[in-house]
Order: sequence, then C-alpha cells, then structure tokens
Amino acid sequence: MGPGGYSGGVGTAFLLLSVFLACAVEAVEALTIVLAVGVTRGWRPALQGVAAGLLLLAAVVAALGPALTVLPLKTLRLVVGGLLLTFGLQWLRKAILRASGFKDLRDEAAAYQRQVAAAEKAASAKRPLVEDWYAFTLSFKGVVLEGLEVAFIALTFGANQHDLPLAAAAAVAAVLAVSAAGAVLKAPLARVPENTMKFAVGVMLTGFGVFWGAEGAGADWPGGDAALPVVIAYVLAAAGTAVWLLRRRRAAWGN
Amino acid sequence: MGKLKAFAAFWYEFIVGDDPLVAVLIIAALAGTAALSTRTTACWWLLPAVVTLALAATLARAVRGSRK
Repeated sequence: MGPGGYSGGVGTAFLLLSVFLACAVEAVEALTIVLAVGVTRGWRPALQGVAAGLLLLAAVVAALGPALTVLPLKTLRLVVGGLLLTFGLQWLRKAILRASGFKDLRDEAAAYQRQVAAAEKAASAKRPLVEDWYAFTLSFKGVVLEGLEVAFIALTFGANQHDLPLAAAAAVAAVLAVSAAGAVLKAPLARVPENTMKFAVGVMLTGFGVFWGAEGAGADWPGGDAALPVVIAYVLAAAGTAVWLLRRRRAAWGN
Repeated sequence: MGKLKAFAAFWYEFIVGDDPLVAVLIIAALAGTAALSTRTTACWWLLPAVVTLALAATLARAVRGSRK
C-alpha cells in the first residue's frame, strides 16, 4: 500500500466510476426538480437557485477538503471507512428493496409531474435580486440536498486517494453530462436506469468502506491492495444474493 | 431552538439514515476490529462479517415493516 492510498489503476478507476455514478444519479433527481421549477415558474430564479446551491456545495468541499487531507492516514481511513459504510449501506438497502419489489422504483416522470403541480399552485414572492423566491428556494434545496451526499462521497474518496481534483473532475463531468442531456431533451431523464446505478454505487461505497475502515482500525488485508476488488466482489455477491432471496420471498407471499 | 433541532435532525438523517441499527453495528465492528488489532493485524474478517449481518438485519426489518 502506498502512502497515497490505494495506488493501482484499478483503484483510480473504481474511484472515478463511484463518484461519477453517485453524482449522475443525484444530478438526475436534482434535474427533475430544476426542470419542473424552470418550466412552470421561469428559468431565471430556477438557475439562480442552482448557482447558489452549487456555490454552497463548492464552499463545503473547499472548506472540508484541506481539513480532511491533514488527518493522519489511519484516522482518515477509519473516519472515511465509517462514513462510506453508512452511506453505502443506505444506498444498497434502498436499491435492494427496489430491485426485489419491496419498494417502488423511482419514477422521474411522475416526480416531475408532482413538482410541476406543486410549483403551479405556490404563491410568488419577490426578494432582493430574486424575482420568485419559491422557484429560487426549491431549486436551491434540490441542488443542495441531492448534492450534499455526493460532495461528501467525492471528498472522502478524493482525500483518501490524495486526489481531490480527480474526484471533483468526475463529479463535475457527471453534472455536465446530466445537464447536457436535460437541456437537449427538455424533460426529466426518466429512462436512466437509476436503481441499477444506485445499486452499483452502493456496492462500491460499501466495498471501499469495508476496505478502508478495516485498515483504519488496524487490520491488514491479505494480499494488501489486491484485496480491494475481492472485497467489492464479495459485497456485490452478498447484495445480489439478498435481491434473489427477497424476490423469492415476495413471490412466495404473493402465492 | 426549532432551527437547531431541525439542523440536528437533518444531520442525523443524513448520516444515520432510515435504520440506526446499521450505524450502531458499523461503529461496533470498527471498535471491535481496533480492539482485536492490538493482538493481531489479521482481523480483517470482522468488518465484512458484521457488514453482511447489518445488511441482512436492515433488510429483514424493512421487509417486516412493509408487511404491517
């Protein structure tokens, strides 16, 4: 293990993929909110809300990023491992319940219609610099709430790999890709396989969390860095087995 | 006070999520690994074992909840 974190190309590829997918999923959900607000209330306050939200997220990353990188590597791994495990298991839990039919799949088209209906009913209020406070705050909240977890994921991955710019580039690339698709389609991205992406992100976050958490707590992995892909494969197998078992249980209950 | 409560509730929801049992098991597993590592560094197996258990437990609780 190099002092800079998981040093192989595989580790960097997992890092990029995890941050890109996590960011893309959340960007799709934020896009649904911003589109609904922009179409019904006007684009100016909606985009002001987006800009303010992105600024706040950038400030969070800029403030916490350097603080994380000065932590001793072992402490950083313990904290990051614990955080990634809580986030990863939350993503995985939701994705498994959806994949097995115990929770409804997220429907971006329906979510968009609900947002449009709510935005059409809401009263308008003017504030300094903002002509429609409702539209501004809804866009702002959408971006911040969907983006905060991704900012933490990018921060923790980037800090642990000692490559925050790479993690930030993956996050920005995902936001740009989703925004470009939304601008072209002018509709929510209802056909994006959100749950599959969430499942993949959950597996990778949990896998990295297990690997780094155990190292941070003082354990040595057999084979060192080579254990990471094995850990991720193990989490994937456990999650896949859970989906299979829950589908069988659901089918049995249906009979 | 209301805003402070809302702020605390936001961070609790953000980090702990729907099932506090998962967070408790993760903290216990990390503490257990740290304790074991003072005797041997070959204690990597504890975290994957507890994470598997935590996933199974939280899914079982969610499925049970969905039947009520």
